[in-house]
Amino acid sequence: MEHPPLLDVAELCKRFPIGRRSWRKGTPAPMVHAVDDVSLVVQRGETLGLVGESGCGKSTLARLLARLSDATEGSIRFAGRELTELPASKFARDPDRARIQIVFQDAGESINPRFTAYDAIADALHHLKGFSGSALRAQVDEAAELCGLPLALWERFPHQLSGGQRARVGIARAIALRPELLILDEPTAALDVSVQVTILKLLERLKTQLGISYIFVSHDLNVVRLLCDRVVVMYLGRIVEVGPAQAVFDAPLHPYTRGLVAAVPRLDGVRSATPRLSGDPRSPIDPDPNACRFHGRCPIGTDRCTAAMPALRSFPDRREVACHFAVEG
Amino acid sequence: MKGLAAPLRHARFVVTENPVTGFALALFILFIVAAVFGPSLAPHDPLASNTAQALQPPSGQYWFGTDQLGRDIFSRALVAARLDIGIAAASVALVFAMGGFAGLASGFFGGWTDALVGRLSDTIMAFPLFVLAMAIVAALGNTVPNIVLATAIINFPLYVRVARAETTTRRDAGFVDAARVAGHRDMGVLLGQVMPNIMPLMVVQMSLTMGYAILNAAGLSFIGLGVRPPTPEWGIMVAEGASFIVSGEWWVALFPGATLMVAVFCFNLLGDGLRDIVDPRRRT
Repeated sequence: MEHPPLLDVAELCKRFPIGRRSWRKGTPAPMVHAVDDVSLVVQRGETLGLVGESGCGKSTLARLLARLSDATEGSIRFAGRELTELPASKFARDPDRARIQIVFQDAGESINPRFTAYDAIADALHHLKGFSGSALRAQVDEAAELCGLPLALWERFPHQLSGGQRARVGIARAIALRPELLILDEPTAALDVSVQVTILKLLERLKTQLGISYIFVSHDLNVVRLLCDRVVVMYLGRIVEVGPAQAVFDAPLHPYTRGLVAAVPRLDGVRSATPRLSGDPRSPIDPDPNACRFHGRCPIGTDRCTAAMPALRSFPDRREVACHFAVEG
Repeated sequence: MKGLAAPLRHARFVVTENPVTGFALALFILFIVAAVFGPSLAPHDPLASNTAQALQPPSGQYWFGTDQLGRDIFSRALVAARLDIGIAAASVALVFAMGGFAGLASGFFGGWTDALVGRLSDTIMAFPLFVLAMAIVAALGNTVPNIVLATAIINFPLYVRVARAETTTRRDAGFVDAARVAGHRDMGVLLGQVMPNIMPLMVVQMSLTMGYAILNAAGLSFIGLGVRPPTPEWGIMVAEGASFIVSGEWWVALFPGATLMVAVFCFNLLGDGLRDIVDPRRRT
């Protein structure tokens, strides 16, 4: 590796207790394993896609990486600095706070209803970078222009903005701080298809213009394929496959990725031979540590999958797959 | 000032759109004028007794008539506005600060903060509120600050409930996360982001409890646990006039009582109007 990575995540876990520890039996509270043993790397200038079905832990992972919540275990190294030592509540005033930013899923909900578009963008700039007066105005102006927000919208409240305009405010707020890592948590999920395209183009342009690294969380595989350099596929809190986006989608190695790719609707009528995924995921509450999470839903699973959890194995072309039966080509 | 022009324009729109609010506002201004300038506006000395003029019916000289000591009831009702509205405003401000913050903190942090605040307001609500106010004033002493405190305490659960309910629905809102990413810590999020959003309902609550607080202060005085005679106060005046109703001197109790009623009415109507003004969703 020629450069040290911008973000180096190792063995990250997030578990939520449900209910309480039983006093009578002394058994600990059951835990939801939302993110389990996730390791990933983001290089400078890279776009990493994070895909998986609803409830697979991708939004929880995004929140962990954005330092909005504390990990249960594991490490997050950002630009060579270990961040998990600092609790999320203290990180709010850390100098590195401005360097990691996030664009939220629902742009409308993520703008304070009592803030105008200008206030929403200016708040973080004022707070984290100490801008005020005309310097603040100039910074907001620059961010708004980069995101294609006309001046006329500045004094509007979120309920007076359209979905696309709100998305632009959300993006402008994040990039105004000139972050090095921008986490995009399904930034286009709440938008019309026509607006999605313009927002995606905007994100693509900002990336080259400002040299930001993206973590792009999405369940839209077509978007991920177009936008991302590499992709991480998650299933029930664990990474099942990592690799260059093109390679992963063209020739998926993990049976879950195959099912995911096969489930993308196509207009040309060609149906892939891969059987569709059926059934529901296993419970994420206290899962068996020695069984593959995908077992039971997996078309090729055997007894071996309930005896040993498959670890990520390396494959050519910088790919990694967590399946006992994955073979090259 | 572009920051002030828009709300002012909106306020004018609300007042003209809803004449009842305009009416309440006019009454409110009237009461404020009475509270501020009452003593200098009063046509007669509210404390000067004149037994020769005792129990005169309403006339051109004595608009509301005179009481058993010949004091002008209009002057007394006018001067009493300062004390009654002052007590109510002070207690509402006090409970707004205490109850509002307790409710915000309990809704935002949950856990033991919530348990503590919740049990405290449950305890207060376990008593009949007026009896509790009586007990507080009786125990602490018959002074104006104690009436203010008692009135504030009995309204505490109301404010906690409103603030807590409004905060819990916003605690997990996207803009709270956005504020954290923008470098705000818990207190900054609580006071700078969540509080402005619950203000509209708190303001409505303030105006509604303002009426209730006036009633409570007057009620305490009516039963002799509040302000003492001969101080002009609506509750005392009604109490003093009550015995004369049977003998036909209805004006002694009626006019202070009507003034009290109109004041409560005014604050309740104003509450609804204020909500329209502070809600940005109607600012279009």
